Amino acid sequence: MAEITIKDIIKEENLVYKKSKVLTNNTMSYCPGCGHGTAHRLIAEVIEEMDIQSETVGVCPVGCSVLMYNFLDLDMQQAAHGRAPALATAIKRLMPEKFVFTYQGDGDLAAIGTAETIHACNRGENITIIFVNNGIYGMTGGQMAPTTLKGMPASTCPYGRDIEMMGNPLKMTELVSHLAGTYYVTRQSVHSPANVRKAKKAIRQAFENQKLKRGVSFVEIVSNCNSGWKLPPVKANEWMVENMFPFYPLGDIKVDGQLVTK
Amino acid sequence: MEKELRLMKGNEAVAEAAIRSGADAYFGYPITPQSEVIEYLMAQEPHKRTGMVVLQAESEVAAINMIYGAAACGKMAMTSSSSPGISLKQEGISYIAGAELPCLIMNCVRGGPGLGTIQPAQSDYFQSTKGGGHGDYRLVVLAPASVQEMYDFVEIGFDLAFKYRNPVMILADGIIGQMMEKVEIGPQKVRRTMEEVIKQCPWGTTGKPTTRERNIITSLDLVASRQEAFNLKLVKKYDEIKEKEVKYELINCDDAEYIIVAYGSSARLSMKAMDLLRAKGIKTGIVRPITLFPFPSKVLFDLADRVKGFLTVEMSTGQMVEDVRLAVQFKKPVEHYGRVGGVIPSPEEIVNALEQKIIGG
Amino acid sequence: MTEEIIIAGFGGQGVLSMGKILAYSGLMQGQEVSWMPSYGPEMRGGTSNVTVIISDERISSPILTKYDTAIILNQQSLDKFECMVKPGGTLLYDPNGITRHPERKDISIYKVAATQKATEMGAVKVFNMMVLGSYLKIKPIVKMENVIKGLKKSIPARNHHLIPMNEQAIEIGMKEVQQV
Ligand SMILES: Cc1ncc(C[n+]2csc(CCOP(=O)(O)OP(=O)(O)O)c2C)c(N)n1
Ligand code: SF4
Repeated sequence: MAEITIKDIIKEENLVYKKSKVLTNNTMSYCPGCGHGTAHRLIAEVIEEMDIQSETVGVCPVGCSVLMYNFLDLDMQQAAHGRAPALATAIKRLMPEKFVFTYQGDGDLAAIGTAETIHACNRGENITIIFVNNGIYGMTGGQMAPTTLKGMPASTCPYGRDIEMMGNPLKMTELVSHLAGTYYVTRQSVHSPANVRKAKKAIRQAFENQKLKRGVSFVEIVSNCNSGWKLPPVKANEWMVENMFPFYPLGDIKVDGQLVTK
Repeated sequence: MEKELRLMKGNEAVAEAAIRSGADAYFGYPITPQSEVIEYLMAQEPHKRTGMVVLQAESEVAAINMIYGAAACGKMAMTSSSSPGISLKQEGISYIAGAELPCLIMNCVRGGPGLGTIQPAQSDYFQSTKGGGHGDYRLVVLAPASVQEMYDFVEIGFDLAFKYRNPVMILADGIIGQMMEKVEIGPQKVRRTMEEVIKQCPWGTTGKPTTRERNIITSLDLVASRQEAFNLKLVKKYDEIKEKEVKYELINCDDAEYIIVAYGSSARLSMKAMDLLRAKGIKTGIVRPITLFPFPSKVLFDLADRVKGFLTVEMSTGQMVEDVRLAVQFKKPVEHYGRVGGVIPSPEEIVNALEQKIIGG
Repeated sequence: MTEEIIIAGFGGQGVLSMGKILAYSGLMQGQEVSWMPSYGPEMRGGTSNVTVIISDERISSPILTKYDTAIILNQQSLDKFECMVKPGGTLLYDPNGITRHPERKDISIYKVAATQKATEMGAVKVFNMMVLGSYLKIKPIVKMENVIKGLKKSIPARNHHLIPMNEQAIEIGMKEVQQV
């Protein structure tokens, strides 16, 4: 048998998976196993498939994804901590024909940026908000987030989140679904191939919706933080399924401007 | 009693000192390089140790306004953050100064502007010493150069804050916050009782008894002439602070021909440079301002008569140098040397700068 | 006496805690000490280093560009810090994963195969204590009794039962170190 060369392998018919051209060639700086990388890829693929690379402006938050502009080949702005929806509001209002999205962690979106989030959602800005909820502050070394579960340890609640003292975990996604300005609100995850496919569909929907001009499309991605949770990647995903999903159940919450009744 | 010595990070020392000085509350929001303050407090559970309230706020804006609320009740409250977070607090700090409330704020400075870097810097000197927020006000600014001073300045800072009913800032940086040194820990002070709080702060909004008029905490006065009178009252207060509270350290200044002016971690770097310069036969001394407001102008003015020149060393593009120039009043040359953006000047660079800019210049 | 040390390696090798134990040991025998870590978004792996100074006098700069001793645990750190050892100074390294060995002729070079030894013994957790032992053999600047006191102060009470294991690791490090 003749030897197989690399040329024989690199053929269109053998291609099963390819890096989106909306992703740059930079190595992602996320910890191995972190959900941020997958979420970035899905956004890139959706933008590529919709062929809107030149029509899209993204806003990076402050958090582990602060360097998102290194990984997506898009025009992007980097916002102050929590303020991404305010930037996105202005971008969209001044260039209504563009696709505008923010990408925010739970500290960014649901703590310091609560006002901007609520008001952009309430005004019904025609933007897409991707909300990565890993229940902790990854970037700064694992402090408690507004979404940290009851009893879950973090560096600012080393004995576990005490509800009496620190209040309840905040279900921001349910909250914004009750605002008239949101059109599509959904909660997804990216920890298994099936969930990745669903999450991608949701992100696609969230970007398509911008054409309708009916308000905010809000996609929460429940994700992991191996480093902050101090768990190896596989364990982290198991922990997420067992603990995060019961409190943050996956699925659509609002579709076409209507709350989904379960 | 044997003194208790511990090896601690500057940020941890601030937190322990807050508990030990009998503080009533800490409110903060995580940010590098000072998140250890709230992490240490949460691990120590001061609500069990002394009844002190510690809360992770949803933002720096919320944290500083929690401080306003606590301080307006006469409580001893402190917060800490790093540069971007301190910028967010400026509105609240202005209101606190405008309402003449005591509180303590620690800024563990990192390089800016904007999100900048998380590495150490001293680029918030202007913001700290010239007001920072809107309106005509000043903070008392203490610049620790060691972990021991991080510890000590908490109690000193609270004392000054209550003495003058004015916000006090501890202006540290990533080096002082992150490094560990030996700290002598003081005894636990008992937190004031409510009666003591009312006695010390009769102006506090602690509930109106029948025996006094109601207490209102506000920074608003729509009558211009009254607002002007208030501004002038503040000026009088700041003048008194300038007269009584200036603190600095003189290192080898007696025979010095050249003076390095440096505060905080820059003073530490400069001490090494001074040793190198003296080894070369260049008689160098250091003036280390400990209070940045009030600034030790007089000692610099006097030194200018007998030294040949001044070099300020700051991790900024040149901020304190303006105050040194004002103090020296063109009697002798004053130059600046600094590295910025989180880069730390090496002692050798400081030596070169003094040789080239002052001796050669 | 002033000893200026850099300890450098990968995050997770116990670089910072080794420095802390050393600094605490100095403190326990009444000396001035400083411990200054590199810090950054700590979650990304990468290199980690700490400057430790132990002195009889007030310590000036906690950050240095020249060291009396460099304790080196990976190639990147060797490449960065070999040239920063003062002439006549000391370099101690673990040859594990090192492809370009130290080359300087004007300093004393020592090595200890601590990674290998610790792995063989199934004691990876105390790898850093072996290295500390090697250092203390070369430069006995702190007394063993003070190191034990330092250990007690640095590690949480719930782990105090591990102190004999740490002590043993220090002794092994003392035996294993060789001059190059
Ligand atoms: C005004 C201000 N405050 C605080 C910080 C520090 N900071 C950086 S990222 C972050 C939280 C990030 O957490 P999250 O949004 O959950 O994102 P993750 O890192 O987990 O992806 C904080 C508090 C900052 N940069 N600016
Ligand atoms: S710290 Fe957490 S959120 Fe950040 S990259 Fe690592 S795993 Fe992801």
